[in-house]
Amino acid sequence: MAEPAPDLTRPARPSRLTDPKFRALVFQILATLTVVAFLVYIVHNTLTNMEQRGISTGFGFLDRTAGFAILQSLIPYSETSTYGRTFVVGLLNTILVSALGVVCATIIGFVVGVLRLSSNWLIKKIATAYIETFRNIPLLLQIFFWYFAIGFNLPGPRQSIAIGESVFLNNRGLYVPAPVFGEGFGWTLAAIAVAIVAVLVLAHWARRRFELTGQSFHTVYVSLAILLGLPLLVFVATGAPLSWDMPALQGFNFRGGLTVIPELFALTLALSIYTAAFIAETVRSGIQSVSHGQTEAASALGLRQSWTLRLVIIPQAMRVIIPPLTSQYLNLTKNSSLAPAIGYPDLVAVFAGTTLNQTGQAVEIIAITMAVYLTLSLVISLFMNWYNKRMALKER
Amino acid sequence: MAEFVPHPELPPPASSVGVVGWLRRNLFSGWLNSLLTVAALYLVVTALPPLLNWAFFSADFVGENRDACDSGGACWVFVNARFSTFMYGFYPAAQAWRVDLIFGTLLLLMSPLFFKGFRYKLQLGGFILFVYPWIAFGLMHGGLLGLPVVETAKWGGLSLTLLLAAVGCIAALPLGVLLALGRRSTNMPVVQTMCVVFIEFWRGVPLITVLFMSSVMLPLFLPEGVSFDKLLRALIGITLFQSAYMAEVVRGGLQAIPKGQYEAADALGLGYWRKMGLIVLPQALKIVIPGIVNTFIALFKDTTLVIIVGLLEILGMVQNALNDPNWLGFSTEGYVFTAFVFWIFCFSMSRYSQWLERKLHTGHKR
Repeated sequence: MAEPAPDLTRPARPSRLTDPKFRALVFQILATLTVVAFLVYIVHNTLTNMEQRGISTGFGFLDRTAGFAILQSLIPYSETSTYGRTFVVGLLNTILVSALGVVCATIIGFVVGVLRLSSNWLIKKIATAYIETFRNIPLLLQIFFWYFAIGFNLPGPRQSIAIGESVFLNNRGLYVPAPVFGEGFGWTLAAIAVAIVAVLVLAHWARRRFELTGQSFHTVYVSLAILLGLPLLVFVATGAPLSWDMPALQGFNFRGGLTVIPELFALTLALSIYTAAFIAETVRSGIQSVSHGQTEAASALGLRQSWTLRLVIIPQAMRVIIPPLTSQYLNLTKNSSLAPAIGYPDLVAVFAGTTLNQTGQAVEIIAITMAVYLTLSLVISLFMNWYNKRMALKER
Repeated sequence: MAEFVPHPELPPPASSVGVVGWLRRNLFSGWLNSLLTVAALYLVVTALPPLLNWAFFSADFVGENRDACDSGGACWVFVNARFSTFMYGFYPAAQAWRVDLIFGTLLLLMSPLFFKGFRYKLQLGGFILFVYPWIAFGLMHGGLLGLPVVETAKWGGLSLTLLLAAVGCIAALPLGVLLALGRRSTNMPVVQTMCVVFIEFWRGVPLITVLFMSSVMLPLFLPEGVSFDKLLRALIGITLFQSAYMAEVVRGGLQAIPKGQYEAADALGLGYWRKMGLIVLPQALKIVIPGIVNTFIALFKDTTLVIIVGLLEILGMVQNALNDPNWLGFSTEGYVFTAFVFWIFCFSMSRYSQWLERKLHTGHKR
């Protein structure tokens, strides 16, 4: 018996259930519903719990008086200031320690990273020992070490460790001369601004000329001359309106000058040393990533050693170094939140710590704190993506 | 006609071989290098002897109390006297064998994984990852088989450090794999967005705020009458935090698998889960093992932060011991000891991960 011939004019319709598009749609709807249900459940629980415990909600607490003192603040702050101001003080302290840490870690990291590749055996081993030691010890432990073990055992003010006649280190902190800007110092600042603009214009002009005619220009030396010379000239012409306020021992402590509190000193030191070990590894792998053929090609073209470095190796190494370097900066900023462990008044310590304990508004405060760090990360990663795109290899 | 007589082979110049040659090449190859060498030598010679002297030669190792420390060097008596709390926290001394048993068994179970010829690596790995933690928890907590209960508040020291890191990593692995798959699923934009937001959120905030959140906000999220204990809250925070990092590591592995593998799986008619489970993930996870070890090292160091929410792992125990009026002023010894413990763990793990990377790297390398 012959089977009925299949209808070949119409393709067999697949079941809806095996259609990938349909399945994706169903799955997405299910996932959305689950997440929304979960969020609703949590919000409901939170509101009920807060009502029962009598915790007030909203951001009104930011205008209430804080009533506690802060060890270090970059803006005027007193016990009568509001919680909103507390937040700003904490944020500025976080930014201060992060910025100091980034600068120091970059310097130490690049130096150690280059030394790690040195042809000198001893130097190479010392750099390796530095990296392997500090990378493998928890940051919090390092902070504790510098603060409790070293900082507390420094001599008192009378036996301070003096560097020259102006910098003193003791168990109350680091004392450095503070600049006092006299009248007319604004002119010098203006001169610095003018010099920066002039250098930018000069660099642009020099690059244009180089591309058009092939004639090079001593941009670096001329720029340095402009950058240093112009402000110095104006500074002298306006009568050197700058003096230094020297720290001096009076009674039991130092007066005058700029005081770096031990908490800030220990935190910056630990953050820089720890992050520098990672930056050094980044720098090393970046430099090693430039293949030896590039150096050889450059010497075959007759480029000088310094030109090879400047035109061939560094640009290619930077392309590899920048993305992980940025994430190291980000890590440093996030790691600065370890400050409460030694009582440095950063955002987490004064806001997510003291303010939270006083007001009890956990949800709002933790949300604000997290938002601050998220914004910082987002800004840094946006910048990183932009820079990455600019530096990326343009393949044709 | 004079026959050509070759000169006898001369040895290489004395200055280019042997110790002298090595010194010339590696330490004194130019004026700059010589200067650097001399400076570095000076540094080593001034710093190393006092350090060694402090740590070993004039240090005190045995004794009962601080009176035993009178020779001017490090007082390791302090570490000696507090050793059991540094290891076990406040776990009752009579029950400490349970902790030893857990970690000893774990070491024994893990050792075959390092041998090349062992056949059941996958099964054993699965057992260690998914079954053993429950057995370990039962043993640690007690209450079964007549073992007295030791509540989590008494756990501490190095055992707590290891526990936090291990549980955080094991629990984060499946979550991280799912998140990475979600982030790569371009045909489901909603799921993809959710995964991206989740990952970037946890990666963008410091662990300390996560711990704060899990200790003060988590109780608010739970329905009435339900409460988690402190350790569990910290573990939840650590797991969520770690899963985001794990997801990024796994994503790297997924991206490294050539497109042909995905297409071949499709061509064979495999569905999504079979394609991922049988073709892509086995290859991807193998490549990312070094990355996973690296995130584990980072987590291991980060566990010290739980001191902020009142859990006393090894650093917390040391801090606690330093406040003991009988042992005031030995902070350096305590920190150096803790640093040494962490260093041993982290350094050996990072060496292991580098070795793995070299072993798995099958391409050409200069």
